[in-house]
Amino acid sequence: MAKNSIKWTKKDLLGLEELSVEEITMILDTAKSFKEVSERAVKKVPALRGKTIAHLFLEPSTRTRISFELAAKRLSADTIGVSGAGSSILKGETLKDTAKNIEAMKVDMIIVRHASSGAPHVLSWFVSAGVLNAGDGAHEHPTQALLDMFTIREKKGKLAGLNVSIIGDIAHSRVARSNIWGLTKLGAHVTVCGPKTLIPVEIERMGCHVTYDLKEAVRTADVINVLRIQLERQKKGLFPTIREYIMKYGITEDVLTKYAKKDILIMHPGPVNRGIEISQEVADGPYSVILEQVTNGVAIRMAVMFLLAQYKAGK
Amino acid sequence: MTENKIVIKNGRVIDPANKRDGIFDILVDNGLIAKIGHGLKTNGVKIIDAKDKIVTPGLIDIHVHLREPGREDEETILTGGRAAVKGGFTAICCMPNTTPSCDDQATVKFIIDTAKKHHYAKVYPIGAITKKREGKELSEIAELKASGCVGLSDDGDSVLDAALMRRALEYASSFDLPILAHCEDKALSEGGSINEGFVSTVLGLKAIPNKAESIIIERDLALAALAGAHIHIAHVSTREGVWAIRQARQKGVRVSAEATPHHLALTDACARTFDTNTKVNPPLRTEDDVAALKAGLKDGTIDIIASDHAPHLESEKDVEYDQAPFGMIGLETSFAVVKAELIDKKILSWPELIAKMTVNPARMLGLPLGTLSETMPADITVIDPDEEWIYTRDSIVSKSRNSPFLNRHFKGRVTGVIVDGRIVVEHAAMVRL
Repeated sequence: MAKNSIKWTKKDLLGLEELSVEEITMILDTAKSFKEVSERAVKKVPALRGKTIAHLFLEPSTRTRISFELAAKRLSADTIGVSGAGSSILKGETLKDTAKNIEAMKVDMIIVRHASSGAPHVLSWFVSAGVLNAGDGAHEHPTQALLDMFTIREKKGKLAGLNVSIIGDIAHSRVARSNIWGLTKLGAHVTVCGPKTLIPVEIERMGCHVTYDLKEAVRTADVINVLRIQLERQKKGLFPTIREYIMKYGITEDVLTKYAKKDILIMHPGPVNRGIEISQEVADGPYSVILEQVTNGVAIRMAVMFLLAQYKAGK
Repeated sequence: MTENKIVIKNGRVIDPANKRDGIFDILVDNGLIAKIGHGLKTNGVKIIDAKDKIVTPGLIDIHVHLREPGREDEETILTGGRAAVKGGFTAICCMPNTTPSCDDQATVKFIIDTAKKHHYAKVYPIGAITKKREGKELSEIAELKASGCVGLSDDGDSVLDAALMRRALEYASSFDLPILAHCEDKALSEGGSINEGFVSTVLGLKAIPNKAESIIIERDLALAALAGAHIHIAHVSTREGVWAIRQARQKGVRVSAEATPHHLALTDACARTFDTNTKVNPPLRTEDDVAALKAGLKDGTIDIIASDHAPHLESEKDVEYDQAPFGMIGLETSFAVVKAELIDKKILSWPELIAKMTVNPARMLGLPLGTLSETMPADITVIDPDEEWIYTRDSIVSKSRNSPFLNRHFKGRVTGVIVDGRIVVEHAAMVRL
């Protein structure tokens, strides 16, 4: 499928922090060829025939889980889903035991979503299968950032030099972190914006710019990535009311008309709180590529699984 | 070994309390230090050759969790006492966060009696400031003292009610008991797993800011001044904490303070691997904090080194980082770590370091230990400053193995330990008693 001169050399995809520019580019290029598979009448290639992929979703998720399952099936892999919420402690076994049990079942790849930062990393120590991080705590969500970057590249023709503003709850967002790592590596300028209570300390050191002023974040942006606001953050005192959040940080038509560039791209990792972080009109409007992100997500996940399987084959 | 007489020959004897630092022989007779001098007779006595070694008063660790009663699966008074001597400590103080907590005479007596059955490190209990460590009502502090407690702490928690903390300081000082304060504003630290900073931001882990510690240090220093009481600040980890203690000392507050080896050797960057053995409370901080701790040790702001030895099972630690319990074991690495950080990096001289592990903790708690004066009990530690060794999982004497220093190479090792004239560690190995 992918005609890359360099070879994939990693067992796992745990985050974008540890990927090189070449590796990220390789994934994006590979996804481009896989995107075409999903357009066909017969949406299937035999790339991972005979491989078993376990989907270990230990935190509620619909979109990401389905996207990964579709990607695996379109590559002809056999899939098994394990879902349920909670930590290993709630289940009464250690994460190490969970890992060793999966290992004993001889799966080739584990897709893991977990509420705790680092859980996929710990799993990866104990299994020979490839581990693909589908979101760990507030740490990383590499495939989401890759599909965001894929979508931007597709729409804008490039990433280098673009200004991408990420708006909202940066502190609790793995999407924001993975986007910052990936985008800055590929030469984009990233601005994060939200009230100080939702911006984690020293995040500038990741290579992004911080502003608490939405106007500034919108004015400079070629792309706006709007993050979901978890309603329970208000109860924790991180902002006074949803109403005030919308007034100061909601992305509305009015904000875009006043401050945004004419060719602005609006993205959202989903699920969308319509009328809260983003208005109905903007979510469904001409600048929005939210559903294309979902489409591209399948291609990105196919690409990553394909590449990780290559590592296995090459061992 | 039951030799009544032992001569430790030709060691560099460092005894800060007596301002002694030179090559001497030490004669141990009948459990006591009988004589210190040159060319002591060695006919018919056990000889320990201490040439090129350092001979010090038995080291003292005032901050140890022995887990008994309650969590004997993690550590016991026996296994903790053995781990202590393996690490060079002939006396340890155990923290009261056991189950039940050490807040009454019966528990204190149980600990002391259990420790006396064994002949490893001497164990001095720290009693709880408040009943069940709940921060609500004072324990029977005078009774705790009478039954053998040498200090008070609600370790693991601060007494968050400032009025109660003031009363505790006042009341305890009536009976000459220092309060060892664990300083943590739980509202600021709630849910946190690591230090708040760049690392916690990158890892997306809930974090504990420096101020969660320093706000309570400042409060407790102020309350100690108000109460005219002695306060000891446990495991200082922040630069703000060091500054506050330094200032309080200058103002004449009766304050002492301890730093742990791990807060001197490691930073929050160690958590980047998600190794749960790096999860400890207070959390590993930054290079700036490490530098401030070392400056505090150098100028005397921090006068004691203590391990905060906190055993946990591997099964408790083999979980998600944010779910793992806080704590790491330290007794068996404490000396080697501080030697690497403070001697090798030329922060402290040998006598300065040994003082912080012997006479200073002894004086702070009023223990009749910590010197090599003649007629004192023969609690002695022999150190080979040049011996190289690797700390392996299999070598651990403690019942738990939760150390971030596993497989680390060290230069400098405790090779011999004598408790009450009895050799318990020889050639860096436990002696079968």
